[in-house]
Amino acid sequence: MGIDMDKPGSTQLLMGNEAIARGALEAGIGVAAAYPGTPSSEVIGTLAEVARKYGLYVEWSINEKVALEVAAAASLSGVRAITAMKQNGLNVAFDFLANVALTGTNKGLVLMVGDDPGGLSSTNEQDSRHIARILDLPLLEPATFQEAKDMTKWAFQLSEEISNVCILRSVTRISHGRGKVILGDLPSMEKWAYFDTSKSYAGIAGLATRYHKSIHENQGSIADLYGSTPFNSYSGPERPDLLVVTCGSGWLYATEAVKTLSLEQRVGVLKIGTTWPLPTQFLQQHLAGIDRILVVEEVDPFLETNLKEFVVDRMAGHSYRFFGKASGHIPPYGEINVDSAIDALNNIMSIGYRPREEAYEQKCREAAQHVPPRGLQFCAGCPHRATYWAIKDALRMAGGNGVVAGDIGCYTMGIQATGFSQVKTVHAMGSGMGLASGLGKLEQFHFEQPVLAMCGDSTFFHAAIPALLNAVHNEADVVLVIVDNGGTAMTGFQPHPGVDRDAGGEIRPEINIEKLCESLGIAVTVVDPYDIEATRNAFLEVLENRGKARVVMSRRECALIRAGKRLDPIARVRVDGSKCYGDNCGCNRYCTRIFRCPGLIWDRETLTAKIDEAVCSGCGVCVSICPQSAIVGETA
Amino acid sequence: MMSLLGKEPINLIITGVGGQGNILISRLLGQAFIEDGYAITIGETYGATQRGGSVASHVRISSEGMVYSPVTPRGKADVILGLEPSESLRILTAFGHPETFVATNTRPIYPLEVAAGEAEYPTRGTLSDLMTGLSRKTWYIDASAIALALGNALLTNIVMTGALIGTGLLPLKRAKIERLIRESFSDERQVVNLHAFDLGYDAVAG
Repeated sequence: MGIDMDKPGSTQLLMGNEAIARGALEAGIGVAAAYPGTPSSEVIGTLAEVARKYGLYVEWSINEKVALEVAAAASLSGVRAITAMKQNGLNVAFDFLANVALTGTNKGLVLMVGDDPGGLSSTNEQDSRHIARILDLPLLEPATFQEAKDMTKWAFQLSEEISNVCILRSVTRISHGRGKVILGDLPSMEKWAYFDTSKSYAGIAGLATRYHKSIHENQGSIADLYGSTPFNSYSGPERPDLLVVTCGSGWLYATEAVKTLSLEQRVGVLKIGTTWPLPTQFLQQHLAGIDRILVVEEVDPFLETNLKEFVVDRMAGHSYRFFGKASGHIPPYGEINVDSAIDALNNIMSIGYRPREEAYEQKCREAAQHVPPRGLQFCAGCPHRATYWAIKDALRMAGGNGVVAGDIGCYTMGIQATGFSQVKTVHAMGSGMGLASGLGKLEQFHFEQPVLAMCGDSTFFHAAIPALLNAVHNEADVVLVIVDNGGTAMTGFQPHPGVDRDAGGEIRPEINIEKLCESLGIAVTVVDPYDIEATRNAFLEVLENRGKARVVMSRRECALIRAGKRLDPIARVRVDGSKCYGDNCGCNRYCTRIFRCPGLIWDRETLTAKIDEAVCSGCGVCVSICPQSAIVGETA
Repeated sequence: MMSLLGKEPINLIITGVGGQGNILISRLLGQAFIEDGYAITIGETYGATQRGGSVASHVRISSEGMVYSPVTPRGKADVILGLEPSESLRILTAFGHPETFVATNTRPIYPLEVAAGEAEYPTRGTLSDLMTGLSRKTWYIDASAIALALGNALLTNIVMTGALIGTGLLPLKRAKIERLIRESFSDERQVVNLHAFDLGYDAVAG
């Protein structure tokens, strides 16, 4: 099901991110650029699929800052453009955003940010909305899949009316949920790009205050533009006992909670689609005559705090009691849901609702004790498992106190048992190398521990390069381990500058990481992690060769890609029953307990190791780890 | 035959282990409901893991045009379709109520924690006692065995889709799902997928 259907008025089942992409298409964009990041990746991924058909330029950029700059270039040259990023990505793009917000834009420029409440696929659950307020930029929050499309389209118009970036904030449940969307018209106009050299967009010293003044004074006109938008609405009785003010996914939760508790006659729901700046007249109209307000939103009390300020400034003579995150009625951290809203209403309205009888609840608690945990793990045959195994062995042989600085990607799981708990730090993209660069300069303080930094091929391009150059120039004693699996694996295998294809599948020149490193005078050792022994020995050698920044390139294609290509297994692996002593062996299930590949299972009848043929990818790595040599690999 | 026709909303949760193909089921059913004029909201829950973790697709079906939360509230599941039995129980304990219906595959996929000796996997008897005790009715389907007999374990999700339609709980026509299956697969794979669907249907309704 594509987003490119030219069937205005038809109803489609679309993912929130697909709906946003469709909205951009209906708005007549010419350019889309992004670096992938969950839960935002499908916006540009979907547009890439229809790029040729609609004459779009779509690129997976090297990082979010460059993506925003590429999109802004189109805007400045008279072509509508969109960029999409996760909340961490917005931090990367923030420096440019903070400056382009001052100089302004030309044609519509929309920045979609996908926040991840609960950090389901993220290192943090940062609430990006604060950035709109810091920069005085308009902020829209879709609450449904239909709105995700319609608001995106409107955001381009808003952006043009104020000549500035418009931010569209989604969250995981909207971006990755699916729902019905009625399609609109697709424009079919040819776009011409031209940079009008009679204008300038230069944020230089001396102009900052003037720019700031102008953008600040613009806030009133943005609030006026919000005037009659259908994205702000009220439903409920004329004089509610309690007014729920809500936005985005919070609206879905609040509305369902009110319905579940049959509070439609007592509680009103005020939905704010335009959360910055606040829609002045709309709020003044609906807050008059209200005593109690509950704010439901994800993640921080952004709307709540701004509303409190609003009533002080704009609602003189009225007094309100606020419920929400500050009062403890809605959790001020973590993902919220319908139950959070039900709990708050239950408490405030003293209803006594229980979703289940206590006896049934008790039975559920007891039954849940029997459900085994299913933790995060590397896939069967994942090259990262093999790389970490070699690192674990090499570091133990090198004295055991080595520090491994991690980074962002599937290999982040090196902090867990599946990566033998080798990784000790994980922060932002490229931060593993940056921290390692610092650790590698602590020698004068008697620091002698070996230092390794991990990064993937895509992360290398995104943000590790400046840190690596820093380490080279300052002669930091570090090893950068680049785990190259051939693409941006974690987010769905988008290409990066090291791959010979672009977003639309066109052939592009690939940038060779080894050659780049070697041009800096860095010694690069290339290993195949499936060859555990050679990889461990390479690490040992590199660790001994101290004093400078070195690179180990651990290269092996992602096992999921191998599986997708239906390539033959490298080895047919089986357990030799005559050699595996099972629970009678002193190894204490070394293969399933320590190596932990999902292709290795424990036979509940014979109490010995077994290969799960449906899961095993045939990488052959486990053959070398059994102390009894009971795992046998025959070359396939 | 029991049917949830007329209930607002109907909450279906499809659960299993990453890689079993529960998203294909939620999209097939979602498309079928959209064509019949229902409003559908689907939420997928999964962690950072690409494969091998617990996954659930929440399908919320409204005949009143409502958009509901993409995640089902506590205790509000009407039907649980499980591709893996311990995952069916996990979802039932979180989202079930005494009137919940369950249709579950019987073949376990053992978590690494079980192979490592750090956790116990419940016996088939324990699982069925617990699920039967917490649900209005639970159907147990040897879907993996049926799929393997057809030559491919990956057909398990289609067998279970057949079983779900076979329960008669959802207001969906068998012929519509068969048409959507034909549209979803290439010519050479249609026959085996339709066969898998029929065998699942018959395992419950036959």
